[in-house]
Amino acid sequence: MINRTHVHCTVNGDEVDFLATDSTSLLDALRTELGLTGVKEGCGTGDCGACSITVDGALNCACLMFAPEAEGREIGTVEGIAQGDHLHPLQETFLEGAALQCGICTPGFLVAAKVLLDENPTPTETEIRYALAGNLCRCTGYDKIIHAVQEAAVQLNGAKS
Amino acid sequence: MRYAAPTTVDEAVGLLAADADARVFAGATDLIPQIRSGRPEPSVLVDLKRIDRLVGVGESGGTWTVGAATPTSTLTADEAFTGAFPGLSEASGLIGSDQIQNRSSWGGNLCNASPAADSVPALVANAVRAVVAGSNGERTVPVEEIVTGPGQTSLADDEFVVEFQVDTPPAHTADAYLRLIPRTEMDIAVVGAAVRLTMDGGTCTAATVALGAVAPTVVRVPDAEAALVGSTLDDATLEAVAAAASAACNPIDDKRGTIEYRRQVAGVLAKRAATIAAERANA
Repeated sequence: MINRTHVHCTVNGDEVDFLATDSTSLLDALRTELGLTGVKEGCGTGDCGACSITVDGALNCACLMFAPEAEGREIGTVEGIAQGDHLHPLQETFLEGAALQCGICTPGFLVAAKVLLDENPTPTETEIRYALAGNLCRCTGYDKIIHAVQEAAVQLNGAKS
Repeated sequence: MRYAAPTTVDEAVGLLAADADARVFAGATDLIPQIRSGRPEPSVLVDLKRIDRLVGVGESGGTWTVGAATPTSTLTADEAFTGAFPGLSEASGLIGSDQIQNRSSWGGNLCNASPAADSVPALVANAVRAVVAGSNGERTVPVEEIVTGPGQTSLADDEFVVEFQVDTPPAHTADAYLRLIPRTEMDIAVVGAAVRLTMDGGTCTAATVALGAVAPTVVRVPDAEAALVGSTLDDATLEAVAAAASAACNPIDDKRGTIEYRRQVAGVLAKRAATIAAERANA
């Protein structure tokens, strides 16, 4: 017997309802039921961070959650980072600094980096590297990603002062 | 698989008692990869995170209580907890990435029963107790009695760990945890060493030494503890601690380290962890 559970939660600020098989990962539900394909599947075992999302503001791997666990939670994905057509400074600095090649890890890096900068607006390089240790990129060698986060932090802090 | 999110301990016990293939989980950071790698699926996935008692950390009347499903990121962010148990906090903070830290818990790390679990040596060194619920009510057992071998626990099918209890440490007492992995982050311990010491004017008056990833279960090292008590942690004592730790190992040979390497590293880490614990206890 396949159980399907009705799930009600908030995704990127919008209230949503969907049906999910109990064994479905939240990653699959976000992609197939809600069309949020910015959430990527890399490893499916919590090692690579390509499916990074926020759950009640905390960084999580969507592949390590069963879809019904989202009930009542506030979910955030990369699709919620830009304000309409206005990209977030992290998205701008990733583009300007070419902090991506194939791009499959990029949404996860953006979500993780935004959590970092929201909590710590002036991270050191070491803090950035530790905060992003759960996100794997097999193309860039990381330096451009770290630089993009540093540059975004500068821009965000400049905008505030 | 059916998903269930009970809100009381009794409801969760009922789900387990009704179906031997039901399984509890907290963060699922081990459960989901195990299912994906082909282990049999549980019939019912019992999510413990909606039970209030399972999530939270606090101190009352000389006892700290930590819910079994409390995310380890909550523990490392708790300044009072980290101040009282710096080693336990640092061990908890080594379980995976930030993403994993928001899901991983002591209950899961213990009951997954990996010999390399980072929190377990520090739990043992601090004489942490597990409160276990089942059809016959609750029982409180020392953490070291939960894991019986790799992937094996002493829990009955209808039992799960509800919370952990640990006494507030006496004055001038501190712990430390060190582990060796081949890279800086995101790997499984080759060796882990937890030491807790009580110091009195530079002399050690109580000591616990526990090693992880060097045997099927966490190993206490009574010979190292005996060497530490009454000493000032002079060089001869630390060499005795290292020798005792190396001798207590019963490690495997694998890609992360040979038997000889693990024995050697266990001695080095036990010695260094003892030194750090003493510095903290004297501070």
